[in-house]
Amino acid sequence: MDNYPVLIVVAPLLAALLAGFAAWIEERLSYPIALLGLAVSTFAAFEVLMQVIFFGPIRYEMAGWPPPMGIEYRIDLLNAMVLLIVSGIAFLNLLASYESVNQEIGDRTGSFYSIYCLFVTGLLGVTATGDLFNLYVLIEITSLTSYAMVAMGDRDRGALASLNYVFIGVIGASFYLLGVGYLYIQTGSLNMTDVAIILQDYHGSSTVLTAFVLCMVGVWIKMAFFPLHAWLPNAYSYSPVVFLRVVAPLMTKVMIYVMIRLMITVFGFNYIFKTLNFADAVVILATVAIIFGGVMALAQKNLKKMLAYIIISEIGYMVGGVWMGNQLGMTGAILHILNDALMTFAVFLGVGNIIYQLKDVDFSNLGGLFGKMPWTMAGFVLAAFSIIGIPPTCGFFSKWYLIMGAFEKGAYHFAIALIISSLICAVLFFRVFEICFFPSSSQDNKQKDVHAPGKIEEAPVSMLIVSGFVSLSLIVVGLFSGTIVNMIILPFLT
Amino acid sequence: MQTIISIKPLLAVLVSLFVIPVLISSSGKPNVRESWIFVSGVIKFLIIFSMLPVILQGNQIVLTLFKISPGADIAFRVDALGMLFALVASSLYIITSIYSIGYMRGLNEHGQTRFVSFFALALTATIGAAFSANLLTLYLFYELLSLSTYPLVVHHQDAKSRASGRRYLTFILGTSIGLVLPAMIYCYHATGTLEFAPGGIFSGQLSKPSATVLLLMFVFGFAKSGIMPFHSWLPAAMVAPTPVSALLHAVAVVKVGVFSIIRVVTGIFGVDFLLSFNLGAWVATIASITIVVSSCIALTQDELKRRLAYSTIGQLSYIVLGVALLTPKGMTGGMLHIAMHAFGKITLFFCAGAIFVATGKKYISQMVGIGKAMPITMAAFFMGSLSIIGLPPTGGFISKWYLVLGTLEGDHMILLFVILTSSLLNAAYFMPIFYKAFFCTKEEAMFGAKIVEAPMMCVVPLVITALISFGLFFLPQPFLDLAGLAAKGFLGG
Repeated sequence: MDNYPVLIVVAPLLAALLAGFAAWIEERLSYPIALLGLAVSTFAAFEVLMQVIFFGPIRYEMAGWPPPMGIEYRIDLLNAMVLLIVSGIAFLNLLASYESVNQEIGDRTGSFYSIYCLFVTGLLGVTATGDLFNLYVLIEITSLTSYAMVAMGDRDRGALASLNYVFIGVIGASFYLLGVGYLYIQTGSLNMTDVAIILQDYHGSSTVLTAFVLCMVGVWIKMAFFPLHAWLPNAYSYSPVVFLRVVAPLMTKVMIYVMIRLMITVFGFNYIFKTLNFADAVVILATVAIIFGGVMALAQKNLKKMLAYIIISEIGYMVGGVWMGNQLGMTGAILHILNDALMTFAVFLGVGNIIYQLKDVDFSNLGGLFGKMPWTMAGFVLAAFSIIGIPPTCGFFSKWYLIMGAFEKGAYHFAIALIISSLICAVLFFRVFEICFFPSSSQDNKQKDVHAPGKIEEAPVSMLIVSGFVSLSLIVVGLFSGTIVNMIILPFLT
Repeated sequence: MQTIISIKPLLAVLVSLFVIPVLISSSGKPNVRESWIFVSGVIKFLIIFSMLPVILQGNQIVLTLFKISPGADIAFRVDALGMLFALVASSLYIITSIYSIGYMRGLNEHGQTRFVSFFALALTATIGAAFSANLLTLYLFYELLSLSTYPLVVHHQDAKSRASGRRYLTFILGTSIGLVLPAMIYCYHATGTLEFAPGGIFSGQLSKPSATVLLLMFVFGFAKSGIMPFHSWLPAAMVAPTPVSALLHAVAVVKVGVFSIIRVVTGIFGVDFLLSFNLGAWVATIASITIVVSSCIALTQDELKRRLAYSTIGQLSYIVLGVALLTPKGMTGGMLHIAMHAFGKITLFFCAGAIFVATGKKYISQMVGIGKAMPITMAAFFMGSLSIIGLPPTGGFISKWYLVLGTLEGDHMILLFVILTSSLLNAAYFMPIFYKAFFCTKEEAMFGAKIVEAPMMCVVPLVITALISFGLFFLPQPFLDLAGLAAKGFLGG
C-alpha cells in the first residue's frame, strides 16, 4: 500500500484523539484504542522497512503538495529502522502497561493513553519527516507531551522536575528553531534534500556555520549530551514508570537520529569533517560524557537514578561514534541506536516490574529479589549484560564497531573510555545483583533460616511476557547483528 | 587432513543448556533432577566421544552458526586440543555430578536446583570454549563461564562468600573486559580476522614492542589461568561448595584460562612469529615465577582447599610454560598436563570434600591420624598427590616427563631447574598431609572410632578418578595422541 509511510504516524495520532474522546464515554475504552493505533503503526513500519530494504527509499508528499513547498516524508533505511524501533517499543510497552497504569495513574488513565499516543506520534513524525520546520513542530509535540507525562508521576517532585524539563526543553527547541531560521535565510528552503543541494555552494558561509552550531546545540540539549544533560536524571526518575519505559529508550535515540540526519542529509559529511574542524573536540566531549555518566551512576543509591546516568553515558557512545567520521564509527553508532533502545527498554521493563511490586527501587529495598521475582530478574540480568557489553547480547556488537572505529581514527581515548565504561557498568550492575542475590539484612533478623526459599511474588503475566520477550530479543539481535549491519546500515552508509 | 561439517559440536554444547529447564521444573524431586543431570552428562560425553576417532585421524569438524562480520563469526571447530580438553571436562562432569549428589545431600545444602542449573550452564560454556573456532567465539564462552560460575562461588550467601564473589568478578571480569577485549579488537582491526590459524594471523602488521604488549594483555587478561599477579581470585573462590572447586576450579574454569592462552599463542600469534621475536621467553618467565611463588605459598596454607588452590595455580603455569617453550615435546607435555593434572587434582578436591562431609574438618592441622578413620579416601589422596608431584606410577609423571624433555629440547636449563624445584616443593606440601594422616602415635590422633568414610556417592567418584590417574600412567592414549597431534598441528608439520 502506498500510504503506509503516513499511516505509521497517523494511526497513533487518530488513536490519541479517539482515546481522549472515548475516555469521556467510558474510561476503559481508551486502552484498546491506543493499543490498536500502535499495532497498526508497528505493522505499517514493518511493511515500510521491508519496502525500503527491497525497493529503495520512499518519498511521500503530504496531501499531494510537491516539495519544496509541501511537506515531504522521506524514508530511507535509517529512519525506516528507527520508525520500527519506535513504534515497536511503544506498542510492546503499552502491552505491558495495563496493570501498572491502573496502579500508578489511577483515575486519569484515559488522558494518559491519549497523551502517550500523542508522544509516540511526535517521535514517529520526527523520524519520518523530510522537512526541517516540520521536524521542529514534531519535536515540540513530543516535548510538550513528555512535560505532561513527567508531571503525572511523583506527586511531590514530579512537578518541579517537569518544570525544569520545560525550561531546558524550550531552550533546546529554540536553539534548533533559530538554526533552522538561519538555514532558511541562506537557502530559502526547508526541505532537507533541497537545502542540502543549495548548501553545497555555501560551505564557507558563516550563516551556515551558525545554523549548524545552533541546530547541533539544540539537538544536544534535547538528547542530554554532556554537559547539557542536567535535566535528564530528575525528569526521568520522577516520571511514571510506564512513561519512563518508553521515553528512556526512545527520546534520546530519536534525537541521535535527528543529529545523524542533519549531519548526513542536510549539511553533509564533507562540510562537517572537511570544512569544519571541531569533530575531534566533540569526540573528546563524548569521551568525557561516557566517563562522567558512569562515575555519576556509581554515586547513586536508587536504581532509576543510576540507570538515568547510564543513559547519559550511552549518549556519549553514539555521539562519539557519529563524530568519528568513519564508516565503522557510524555503523557502531547506528547499530547502537537499535541496541541501546532495546536494552534500555529491557532494563526499564525489569525496573517497572520491580516497582509494581515494591513501589520503590532504592538499593536498600532490593534484598533477596532473585528469590522473590526470578523471571523479572532473569530479564533484568540479560539487559544488564547487554549494557555491560557481554557477548552474545547485542550491546557487545555495537561496542565492538565503536571501538574499531576509534582505533581506525586513532581516537584511543574514546576506545579506552568505552572499555572503562564497560567496567563501570559491570561494577554498577553486579552491585545491584549482589544486593538482590543476598538476603536483605532486615530479613536476617526476622527469619532464622535465611536460606529458606522465599515466596515468589512476581509482576503480572503480561509484564513478564513482554520483558522476557524483549530480553531474549537482545540475544537474537546480537547474533544477527551481522545481518542487520549488512542489510540496513552498510547499504545506508554507502 | 579433512574438514568435516557436522552439527555434533553444537549438540555437545547445547545438551547441558537444554537440560536446565528440565532441572528447574523437577526441583521438587531431587532424584529425578539428579538422574537428568546424569543422563545429560552421559549424552554430552558420548557425543564428544563419538567425534574422537575422526579427530585422531587428523581431521577437523567445523560448524558456523552466525555470521557476524568476516573472519569473526560465531563458529565451532573441533581439533585435537579442543577434543582433549572437552574429553577431560565432559568425562569428569559425569563423575562430579555423582559426587555432588553425595556432597550436597550429605551436607543438606540449600538451593540445590540453582546449584545444578548453573553447574550445567558452566559446562555448556566450557565445551563451547573448547570447540571455539575463533577468538570471538572463545571470548563469548569465556564470559559466559565467568558469569555462570558467580552464583556457584557465592552459593552460601554469607558475608565471606560475598567478599569472595566480589574478588572473583573483579579479577575475572575486570581482566577480560579491560585487557582481552581491547587486545582482541585491536587484532581484528589490524588483520581483519580472528580465526585461529596454525601460523597465526599476523603477517608483518606488528612491531616487536606492540606484539609484546598485545601478548601480555592476552596472557594476563585470561586471568582464569591463575597467572600471577591475577591469581588471588582462585584461593578466594574456594568458599564455594567442593564440587565447584573440584570440577570448575581445578578443571573447567581454570583450564579454559590456560586453554585460551594456548589458543592465542598458537592460533593468533603463531609459533614462528613468537620465535622470530623471542616472545615465548616472556610467557615462560611469567609462568616460571608463578610456578615457584605459588608452590612456596602453598607450603604455608593450613586450609586444605586453599593449599590445593595454590597448587593448582602452580600446575596451571606448567601448562603455560610447556606451550611457551614452543618445542614439540614441550607443547605436547603442556597440553597433556591439562588432562593429567585434571584427574589428579580433582581426586584431591574430592578427598578434601569427603573429609569435610565426614568430619567437618577443613584444616590440615586438624587432620592428624585421619588415614586410620578414612583409609580409602586418604589412599586416593596419596595417588592424587603422586600425580601432581609427577611421580610414577601416575599420569602426572608422563606429562612432566615431556615437559622436562621439552626444556632440554629447547636448551632451557633454567626452566628445567624450575620444573624440578617445583616438583620438590609439591612433594614438600603434599607428603606431610599424607604422613600425618597415617603415621602418628595414638596420643596425637584426633579421630575416634566414630568417624567413618563419607557417603558412597562421595567415595566412589574419588576412587574412580584416583584409579584413572593411576591407569593413565600405563595407558596415556588417547590424551597423549591428541596432545601430540595438536602440537604437530601448531608447529606446522
